[in-house]
Amino acid sequence: MTQAMTGAKMVVQALKDQGVEVVFGYPGGAVLPIYDEIFQQNDIRHILVRHEQGAVHAAEGYARSTGKPGVVLVTSGPGATNAVTGITDALLDSIPLVVLTGQVPTFMIGTDGFQEADTVGITRPCTKHNWLVKETDKLAATLHEAFHVATSGRPGPVLIDIPKDVQFASGTYTPPNGAGRSHYQPKVKGDIDTITQLVEAMEKAERPVFYTGGGVINSGPAASQLLRELVEATGFPITSTLMGLGAYPASGDKWLGMLGMHGLYEANLAMHGCDLMINIGARFDDRITGRIADFSPNSIKAHIDIDPSSINKVIHVDMPIIGDVGHVLEDMLRIWKSRGRKTNKPGLKKWWGQIDAWRQVDCLSFDPSPKTIKPQHALQRLEALTKDHDRYITTEVGQHQMWAAQFLGFEDPNRWMTSGGLGTMGYGFPASIGVQLAHPESLVINVAGEASWLMNMQEMGTTVQYRLPVKQFILNNERLGMVRQWQELLHGERYSHSWSEALPDFVKLAEAFGAKGIYCDNPDDLDDAILEMINHDGPVIFDCLVEKHENCFPMIPSGEPHNKMLLGDASTSDVIGSSGAVLV
Amino acid sequence: MSPLQIQKGTSRHSAYDLRDPHSDVEEVHTLAVLVDNEAGVLARVIGLFSGRGYNIESLTVAEVDHEGHLSRITIVTTGTPAVIEQIKAQLGRIVPVHDVHDLTVEGPAVERELALFKVKGSGDKRVEALRLADIFRANAVDSTLESFVFELTGTSAKIDAFAELMRPLGLIEMARTGVAALSRGV
Repeated sequence: MTQAMTGAKMVVQALKDQGVEVVFGYPGGAVLPIYDEIFQQNDIRHILVRHEQGAVHAAEGYARSTGKPGVVLVTSGPGATNAVTGITDALLDSIPLVVLTGQVPTFMIGTDGFQEADTVGITRPCTKHNWLVKETDKLAATLHEAFHVATSGRPGPVLIDIPKDVQFASGTYTPPNGAGRSHYQPKVKGDIDTITQLVEAMEKAERPVFYTGGGVINSGPAASQLLRELVEATGFPITSTLMGLGAYPASGDKWLGMLGMHGLYEANLAMHGCDLMINIGARFDDRITGRIADFSPNSIKAHIDIDPSSINKVIHVDMPIIGDVGHVLEDMLRIWKSRGRKTNKPGLKKWWGQIDAWRQVDCLSFDPSPKTIKPQHALQRLEALTKDHDRYITTEVGQHQMWAAQFLGFEDPNRWMTSGGLGTMGYGFPASIGVQLAHPESLVINVAGEASWLMNMQEMGTTVQYRLPVKQFILNNERLGMVRQWQELLHGERYSHSWSEALPDFVKLAEAFGAKGIYCDNPDDLDDAILEMINHDGPVIFDCLVEKHENCFPMIPSGEPHNKMLLGDASTSDVIGSSGAVLV
Repeated sequence: MSPLQIQKGTSRHSAYDLRDPHSDVEEVHTLAVLVDNEAGVLARVIGLFSGRGYNIESLTVAEVDHEGHLSRITIVTTGTPAVIEQIKAQLGRIVPVHDVHDLTVEGPAVERELALFKVKGSGDKRVEALRLADIFRANAVDSTLESFVFELTGTSAKIDAFAELMRPLGLIEMARTGVAALSRGV
């Protein structure tokens, strides 16, 4: 029903009509009218973060763990610029966000007013789309369109910049269905001819592999269900990118583990040696492909992606299928079944024999230590003691992130929140806050490194204020572990600025915020300490002192192909050539 | 051919496959992009080219449908076939972009550019400039006793050729609109 109201009231009304329950934000001069409206209602919960970057990552965690768009509200100028890292992170990982920013009044735009920044200019390359709304009458339609754009096609962050006078002025509110159909309608059905061609290839393939990514999770739980059905029915092996973990259960017997730079030996060699690669919702990221020229040299490649620009961007594929993963998987299964459920059984049997031989290498093995806690051991114990819980995991970025991906098992989608594309240190803690808000009864753990964690440690205030029992599991090696590892491999062990000096006492830090701190540096005490963390009803900072110079393996050195993996410390001198050294 | 008997590079719905997708040869393509005429849309298109390292040889933009608030951007760009395909896909996913047409591969097209030339001279050179302008069907749209401004419409190559001829005859300033293009026929 259309009705007259102020722009500020429209914002709150539109959020309600879009089904928004939680907004992450931080007030300031240019959003005061909206905050005044938030004050006068109870339908939408506002979570006050301690820094705008934290608001965006929290909204990402909320979105990733629920499948719903995350909503952020920040002020103009520094409020908007502080949000930029989070927005870029959401763009690279295709997370649906609606970010609302205040702006100086329209008549002051361009005068370098107080807290004025060209927010739509700054965020144009890091949003899926953005709008500066100069008329209150256009605000409601823009808000509804923003939700449509953020969640349709390949999801992503959108931003609406709302000048303060537009918030004060009155206009006509139109509800979501009254706004008219948007011209933005990405194609969701894949081309049936190409899907049939892919099914034909699947029937003949001797060495097929499913290579899945975040697109399966973005497509929704039904897509993960269809993927599981397809894998079980065909018996093909499946690997996944960092972003796709959980779409297929880690306990499944077709599961090869994660692939890529720190992926499993069997997963990477299966990619290198396959004759049919079926990419479902992944994007041939450089962490996956290694050296392009030697990437899976003898395979026919199919690529299912909802974004046409992902096709042939990095790797030329033979069967491009543009469409939503869920829709395409449904068609694939239907066509494969109607053609008699055929696979190349002798070929597959041989292929699994090869894969089993690769599995014998046991690429994740490490030397346990009776004296110090190995980070891998810490994660094995965390996995053993939490896997039966209703559990969500977030991570920061670095070695701990890769170890978490290797050693934790995900049985369901939307349970694993990590910064994949942008690699944002400081992501995991605020993301865990967003996840916990969406799932108040669940166990939410942020696996962190001490350096990443310190980047957004101010959010301790948020967790204590809202009594969010998030567990901060910090693998503390007093190093920027991944930087240190690269300096060891690439820069002659000259560890330039890659150690964490003057670290806080994390237990006292937790107590200073009114939370619980746990310290553990002895492998014998680890289980009890982890149980103490799980059983504490409230936020915990767990300072787990681990081996300082542990390297993360397996590793494909930059500039090398999949079959040139390093499996342990023995082989690490001069592994990266000069052409690989320029890569990151 | 692979062991699976599928011809590499097969995908049946694109003119892309008529060319070698792995070619390293740079091609010149003229793209017509229909966009919502809203604030910032040109910045989005230009930002895409600069942000992803693509080339812009020429770019023109103007509203073509006042009722529908639609503008047409004509871009001349260069790149290998793979890069050109990527440019089109990237343009296509900009939200206010309605349609992307590659006039270079979608059949014959007409391309025209308008240019203004200021030529300063006297005596024989002045007469020669006027004579050449006549050959090129350029119009003198301003004249003083020591200068002309010629207006010339044509392909970019024709404008380049005229500029080359005018240079020794006293060309002191030049303005070009960039290419506007339409496909031939209906």
